[in-house]
Amino acid sequence: MTKREQSLSGLIVGIIGLCVVCLALYAADAAGILNDYYRGIIVQCLFTIVLVTSLNLTIGFLGQIALGHAGFMAIGAYTSALVTKLMGNAIKAGTMMPVAPLVQFFIGLLCGALMAALFGLLLGIPALRLRGDYLAIITLGFGEIIRVVIQNLKFAGGRGLAQGQAGQALIGIMKMDNLYILFWIVALCVGLMFAFIRSKYGRAIVAIREDDIATGSVGVNNTFYKVLTFSLSALFAGVAGVLFAHRGLNTISHNDFSFLKSTEFVIMVVLGGMGSLTGSVIAAISLSILPEMLRSFANYRMLVYSVLLVIIMIFRPIGLCGKYEFSLLRVIRKGIALASPPHKQSPSKGGI
Amino acid sequence: MNGLMLFIQQTINGLRIGSIYALIALGYTMVYGIIRLINFAHGDFIMVGGYTLVFTVPLLLAAGVPAWIAVVAAVIACAVVGVLVEKLAYSPVRKRGTKMSTLITAIAMSLFLENLAQALFGPNAKPVKTIFSVSPILIYGSAEGMSEPPVLLRLDTNTFLTIFIGVAVMVGLFLFVKYTKSGQAMRAVSEDKNAASLMGIHVNRTISLTFAIGAGLAGVASLMYAAQYPAVTTTMGSMLGLKAFVAAVLGGIGSIPGAMLGGIVIGIVESLSKAYISTVTGGIITSAFSDAIVFSILIIVLLVKPAGILGKNIGEKV
Repeated sequence: MTKREQSLSGLIVGIIGLCVVCLALYAADAAGILNDYYRGIIVQCLFTIVLVTSLNLTIGFLGQIALGHAGFMAIGAYTSALVTKLMGNAIKAGTMMPVAPLVQFFIGLLCGALMAALFGLLLGIPALRLRGDYLAIITLGFGEIIRVVIQNLKFAGGRGLAQGQAGQALIGIMKMDNLYILFWIVALCVGLMFAFIRSKYGRAIVAIREDDIATGSVGVNNTFYKVLTFSLSALFAGVAGVLFAHRGLNTISHNDFSFLKSTEFVIMVVLGGMGSLTGSVIAAISLSILPEMLRSFANYRMLVYSVLLVIIMIFRPIGLCGKYEFSLLRVIRKGIALASPPHKQSPSKGGI
Repeated sequence: MNGLMLFIQQTINGLRIGSIYALIALGYTMVYGIIRLINFAHGDFIMVGGYTLVFTVPLLLAAGVPAWIAVVAAVIACAVVGVLVEKLAYSPVRKRGTKMSTLITAIAMSLFLENLAQALFGPNAKPVKTIFSVSPILIYGSAEGMSEPPVLLRLDTNTFLTIFIGVAVMVGLFLFVKYTKSGQAMRAVSEDKNAASLMGIHVNRTISLTFAIGAGLAGVASLMYAAQYPAVTTTMGSMLGLKAFVAAVLGGIGSIPGAMLGGIVIGIVESLSKAYISTVTGGIITSAFSDAIVFSILIIVLLVKPAGILGKNIGEKV
């Protein structure tokens, strides 16, 4: 099989796998197992997955800590919430032709994601030219600035836009908690990120992480690839923010995007494995569900996380999954190989 | 109160908070200088000091001793916590992991200290008893046509004590690092660990000493902070720590005079921006943005002069 055929079959198998998961979701829904509480948890898992995988692009593949990812999430969330609000108001006032809520949502999604990516670009260009821990510091500062600015913007609080009030949570946001639509958005995002790290860009960024002097000397434009990756990371964090804003609770507050939130996402990336999107997905799901299942544990959650983090850093510094990526195709092949009796290896063509 | 007096008042307030930032920034800068680690847990050492004060000040008052003696307890508690953090978390991670895993450990330790405090003392703010009970200095204006002269300037003695203690500690630290054997060992280790080790310097002990001193300074800062804002919360150190960190970067991280300068500058900028930014920008940017302004300074410094004001720009060998 050529490489192209292999990646194509991987894609097909992956889509089939996702369809199975989606069907399972549908079956659970049809059987009436999914009440509002479970739905809420699933939506939370979904946007956390996008956020943690996007942060893994920066931490795992770019090899730099970012401590302000909640800031990008906030930009995506507020931009999209205000855009959908604006459209909703315009439709109500009759100045805009009515469109389906889904179209509104997707326009909001696009605006939120692009706005976050723009900020990622603006922040990345200066920050990533420097070497060392500067990205951590700059993103940390950026996250705080975004929070303070949002807190004090008149149109981003209260009922928003013209009737807004500074210092309050933004309320009255459109609802988009259709699990299937969200599921496919998340699948698409994670799929795109996966494709990115497997592309020539992804290889370049991993090479830069390993040795930026060597890549620079063979003609790879270090800054370009770093900024590209960081902007993509910001873009998908923005998408996560959009999903968060429209999660159906109708309100977002600047306090949802604090420094603590950013560190929590870093914890998820690190626990899952720096450089493993699979690990990020697993960590995002399990660390979203765990506190819900253990309510009494909620008070000690961060205490346990922090101890866990130190222990992992001592005994397995690359995180639980390391750089492992789950591949359905590989699992199926292994299954077939186990099921069928071993046959004689075909002679290799050429080579030594 | 006329404009000039307001300006003087705000500058002095800035100096006060600035000297607190400077003390905290010194801890960041010393640790960064010696092991190239941004010690995110440093801000939380202040919180440790704060809780020590909450519990020791009433005891001292009951025993009839001046309350500020509690600073000794705070310094000791902070130093012990600092050394423990280094020995139990940073040191094992440093031996096995990469630079990034040490940074993550620092974030983890910060969360750990905050949440441990919350589990032990609860989430509510704890009040600290008055530490310095001295009356403020009032400067009066002329009493023409009034029964009483108007107060032109009100200066808390606290403010001067804070500035004085801050400057004294900083000068002491500077002399310590410059002239004592341990101070020389610190500078040697920060320059080249291996070479220092070959010269017979006990590297690990020197690193522990650095942590102890840095955390001890945070203990002093906690006294000064609690004298001004007498409430201790579990997260009091995080914003304070972040701003002090900005100060350390501004001054040039790794440089001791830089941390002092950076702290003072950040304090004054914060204080003046709170007072004037609204008037200067015609109400577009209000005083609520003062935190954002401090962090913008950080970003601008990193863009313009990443090594900071007094930092050395060291090229990397290939």
